[in-house]
Amino acid sequence: MELLLIFLIGILYAAGIYLMLRRSMVRLLLGIMLLGNGCNLLIFLLGNITKGKPPVIAEHAKTFTDIYADPVPQALILTAIVISFGLTSFAIVLLKRVYLLVNTDDLDGLNTPEEEDL
Amino acid sequence: MVIQNNFVLSHCGAFAAHKTRKSMLLTILSGFLASILLIPFGRYLRFERGGFMALLPALLFLYLLSYIPVIGRGEVPFEHYEWVPSLAVNLDFKMDGLSLLFSLLITGIGTLIFLYAGSYMKGQAYADRFYGFLYLFMASMLGLVLSDNILLIFIFWELTSISSFFLIGFNNTDPASRKSALTALAVTGLGGFFLLTGMILMGNIAGTNSISKLTELAAAIRADNLYPLILSLVVAGAFTKSAQFPFHFWLPGAMKAPTPVSAYLHSATMVKAGVFLLARLSPVLGDTTAWSYTLMTAGGVTMLYAAVHSLLRTDLKGILAYSTISALGVLTFLIGLGTPEALTAAVTFTVVHALYKASLFLTTGIIDHETGTRDISGLSGLRKVLLPVFFAGILSALSSAGMPLLFGFVSKDLIYEATLHAEGQFAVFFTSIMVLTNLCLVAAGFMAGIRPFTGALPPEYSGLHLPHWQMWVPPLLLAICGLFFGVLPAIAGGSIVSPAVNAMTPEETEVHLKVWHGFNTVLALSVATLAAGTGLYFLNKPGIRKLRFAERFENLSPAAFSGRITAGFTRFSSWYTNIMHNGFLRSYILKIIIFAEILLAWELLGGGPVYINFDRLSSAGIYEIVNILILILAVVLTVTTSSRLTAVVAMSVVGYGICLMFVYYSAPDLAMTQFTIDTLTVVLFVFVLFNLPPFLNVANKKIMTRDAVVALAFGSILSITALKALQEPTETTVSKFYSDFAYTLAKGKNVVNVILVDFRGFDTMFEIVVLSIAALGVYSLIKLKLRPSEKE
Repeated sequence: MELLLIFLIGILYAAGIYLMLRRSMVRLLLGIMLLGNGCNLLIFLLGNITKGKPPVIAEHAKTFTDIYADPVPQALILTAIVISFGLTSFAIVLLKRVYLLVNTDDLDGLNTPEEEDL
Repeated sequence: MVIQNNFVLSHCGAFAAHKTRKSMLLTILSGFLASILLIPFGRYLRFERGGFMALLPALLFLYLLSYIPVIGRGEVPFEHYEWVPSLAVNLDFKMDGLSLLFSLLITGIGTLIFLYAGSYMKGQAYADRFYGFLYLFMASMLGLVLSDNILLIFIFWELTSISSFFLIGFNNTDPASRKSALTALAVTGLGGFFLLTGMILMGNIAGTNSISKLTELAAAIRADNLYPLILSLVVAGAFTKSAQFPFHFWLPGAMKAPTPVSAYLHSATMVKAGVFLLARLSPVLGDTTAWSYTLMTAGGVTMLYAAVHSLLRTDLKGILAYSTISALGVLTFLIGLGTPEALTAAVTFTVVHALYKASLFLTTGIIDHETGTRDISGLSGLRKVLLPVFFAGILSALSSAGMPLLFGFVSKDLIYEATLHAEGQFAVFFTSIMVLTNLCLVAAGFMAGIRPFTGALPPEYSGLHLPHWQMWVPPLLLAICGLFFGVLPAIAGGSIVSPAVNAMTPEETEVHLKVWHGFNTVLALSVATLAAGTGLYFLNKPGIRKLRFAERFENLSPAAFSGRITAGFTRFSSWYTNIMHNGFLRSYILKIIIFAEILLAWELLGGGPVYINFDRLSSAGIYEIVNILILILAVVLTVTTSSRLTAVVAMSVVGYGICLMFVYYSAPDLAMTQFTIDTLTVVLFVFVLFNLPPFLNVANKKIMTRDAVVALAFGSILSITALKALQEPTETTVSKFYSDFAYTLAKGKNVVNVILVDFRGFDTMFEIVVLSIAALGVYSLIKLKLRPSEKE
């Protein structure tokens, strides 16, 4: 299973970076989101993945008696998800504003470079 | 009339502690303070003429005069203030004969320059700033000559470079002026870099930065393996500042500066700083074959080359610039010769040159100011309208020619004496090139100081009248000083020259400055030089033709060479900037990613084998496999679709898929969060972006392939990194701590929640702050209504 996850992480990173290298602003944003998901999965994988054992202490116990999933990566990812939502939502609205001003989805519409290459 | 003063001074190796005076620091700081106040606030001052600015240098000059008896008694006042003791950079100031000589020149000539500038710069915009920079320059020069710490010398050295940059480029609307300033800064700045390196090496060998202590350790430094390197670095620094061949080309360009600046920088100060440095360090680095050969070769080439060049110029300031370079060559040559006689000649010539050259610059400035031209072919007969200026010019020119009863005669005698008494078979050779140089300098001095005043007055200048006294008194005063010391050289010899020479030589030296040496070879040479130089003056008719002839060799000159280097460097920079900073976001991302790939790949290649750790692997069920397949499909769809809505939906599928993964692998909190956030994102996306134009599809197969390769490479490298991470055992101390104490300390059973709201509660609070700021941003962007005028 870990190998499959590693493969998936690779795909997410590759797709994220490929989209970030596009000229379209929406694609740039989608790329950032894919990259963020890949990153979350990577952190998740680095704590041991455990099936069906959430890090919740049993009802009448004071500590864990059984094995349990690592809570630290989960706490980290939870923070990451929320923060990346802040970023995404701001970026989406900003995108909208930019579009209203320059009337294009083209990143190159934002600057006036001296030469047209790439 | 034979005036002979025997000053046998006890040279002070140890510092005679002089407790009563503690004011060298104040002397230096006063100038800095004045400049700091003037540069930003000077514009609020209202003044017609800036002559009163001369008050500060005048006071400093008078105060420094009071050191003459102190130095005469053989004392060496010393001040020590700690600044950065850990780096051995301290405010150590030492007043010995050499420092005194230079500080008197700096403040004395400075006084006259300020007086002159007060009138010259009248009505100039930003004159206040000009005085500020001039003060800055003066204070830096004072600091330079009084420092006893090599790193402190470097700091002041750089300050003189910077302030002279502002002064040379003062007419900043003129492109030529800006270019000259930049050239001067580049050359002297490069030299400063060499100097710093040399100084640091020297300090490391000796274990001290104090020049006095370095002098005591001179033998060890000269014997060190690094000595040749140190020598070449320090000498390179001094040569750039003193405009020695092949670094001389910045000096003629620096003539674009207002004339008071040229007079100040090129007679007494800036260019003499290099000479001062050589003189100051000659007890440390000097007295070796390498030292003598380097200095004498550079000095010899410079003095002859520049002297010949000065004869070809028609611009008054150009003549003076080249004769200055030549004089600096003479000084370097003499310091390289290094005998007590040569050093005496060097010190005397420093004073002589400062006096007559400053005066000649100032008369040139008056001529330029009154007639509007500096071309000697169009100037004549000005004595009829500018009589006191004529006196100043002729006295200075005669002093520069070495006419008896002027100070120049004394120094010329000393120079010939030094070269004639040089050891070995070179004496005749040295003397002959010195005679040749002086011959040209005589003619050049006459061209600058006499030619504009003789002959018939052109009618267009007949209406000229004498400028304000603040302009013509300073050059006249300087010229009269030359006459005074020429008649009574013993006064200068005993009070200033003798202590200065003794500061440079380890053994005691007797200095005799006298007018009459009797009939001997030296006198014969002096007379011959004067006669031949006068003849050359009448024969040499500089004109356009000769200037053209000289210009033909410009392509080979160091100036052209440095110009080519500069142009090449500029081209390289703009090429580099265009490549690295082209303003395209994706191009920046591409470079960052490629760099990260190289870094990671390098680390992976060097970090041992990558293998699959089967102990850590768990089995995969059918649900997970299907989920991962869906995820991969969704990712591929996000990337490849040309419809924005499809992309957004596919993106949300990716999110939900990952949400499912969290569900399978015991992370219910993550699953819930991811689900909520993903839904919100899609809603926001669709709400906000539904009316965007269609996807921009600029398909270019080549670029897409390149990006795909880069992206896939990054994905693979990250996968390998993750594999490698799985090889390591997981660190569980932290998670164990949280799990053990989640209930006992924080009374919570969901460990993830406890971590977030209890153990790391502050982090979560700041996270909320970040989210609130983002929410505010979103809200204000949505509400923002631009007026039409602001839209573009």
